[in-house]
Amino acid sequence: MTGPIDDAVFAELQETAGADFVGELVDTFLEEAPRMLEELRVAAAGGRGDAFRRAAHSLKSNANTFGALGLGSLARELELGGMPEGGADAAIAAVAAEYARVAARLQELRSG
Amino acid sequence: MADALHGPARLLVADDNKVNRLLLARSLELQGHSVACAPDGKVALEMLRRGGFDLLLLDMEMPEMDGFQVLEQLTADRALRDLPVIVTSSLEGLNHIVRCIELGAEDYLHKPVNAVLLKARIGASLEKKRLRDQQKELVRRFATPEVAQDLQQSGFALQGRRVEATVLFCDIRDFTALVESQPPEETIELLNTFYTLMFDAISGQGGVVNQMIGDGLMAIFGAPLPLDDHAASAVAAALDMVEMIELFGVERRDAGRSPIRIGVGIASGELIAGYTGTQQRATYTCIGDTVNLAARLEAHTKVAQRAILVDPATRAALGADAAAESLGPVAFRGKSAAVEVFALR
Repeated sequence: MTGPIDDAVFAELQETAGADFVGELVDTFLEEAPRMLEELRVAAAGGRGDAFRRAAHSLKSNANTFGALGLGSLARELELGGMPEGGADAAIAAVAAEYARVAARLQELRSG
Repeated sequence: MADALHGPARLLVADDNKVNRLLLARSLELQGHSVACAPDGKVALEMLRRGGFDLLLLDMEMPEMDGFQVLEQLTADRALRDLPVIVTSSLEGLNHIVRCIELGAEDYLHKPVNAVLLKARIGASLEKKRLRDQQKELVRRFATPEVAQDLQQSGFALQGRRVEATVLFCDIRDFTALVESQPPEETIELLNTFYTLMFDAISGQGGVVNQMIGDGLMAIFGAPLPLDDHAASAVAAALDMVEMIELFGVERRDAGRSPIRIGVGIASGELIAGYTGTQQRATYTCIGDTVNLAARLEAHTKVAQRAILVDPATRAALGADAAAESLGPVAFRGKSAAVEVFALR
């Protein structure tokens, strides 16, 4: 797999919304995404399928906006598949790991 | 860029996701619109009910109240029923799209929303809304607000229904002589003042002017929308009308012109109310004996030399202590039996 962000999608976003604005939008995402991951964990632990699906849905939507297509597709699997039988820990860990890559790359893009 | 012809539109973005909300608001602002945001469906509805929005961009997946519930509430709300809604969602599955459209959404855009597509859809929706607003404005101008509301609620059908109501006819006495004695401009001005005063008195008592006939008019109390005490309301309107015309007469005398007088006839009972005409051109009207009797009573004011004449049903609705004087039975054209006529004041 190549980089965590599809550069063409990100560039188009910058072009249509303005680079400065996208910088702020990245900041917002980096604040919000950890909350979504936490919500995934809490919902999985509490067996709340609907909250789990909603958190995955939000994460998917935002990931795709920035061109984080890998993260988007992992989140999508959770959204559509629901909570995996035998626990969601492994799946959530995979999403969190991909998110870490995405966050690092977004920070690079933001300052570069 | 906002449409230079129409100016910027006021849009509401409802989305619980902050990134989506900011990005959508940004795109719309870049298009020249003014944008407000709501973090869930409940807040969005509250903001919409306060008014002033031209279009709603609605996310489906939201806490508190989701997009489907918002669509349902909008459809049930008469003031917001026509507000265009564009759904922006990353929910997957054709069934969601179908449900949104069935619930009245104008369009469905997948997130991430393509800016060019967004602009096109918003432009089309706003244009449709402008046309609808224009139509509504036309209906308002050429029909009464009550008829417009009735049309909106029940739709248009060329049929009548039976209602209990009161009909009032009014016209200006000796109008023909007046017209001949003054320039046409003055007559038009006089008529405009007359109608303004009469409309004010009639709508002030819950009545509806449904026809203007030369120097006269016909008003209905109790249709298209029901009205409690329709007879008493019509009489109160008639007294207001006479009083206003007297005041207007003082003004005219001061300006060196002759005062005008009016005659009013009122009858209460069952009548058929509804739209008549063709599918292309129709008017809201009322027909029946009650209408004919009110017209005859109005004509009879000239003979009786009284300002306001009412039929027995209207008289009965006023209660015993009303200042009404019986003028005895009168045989009207088209009526098999004589009708007792009452003069007011």
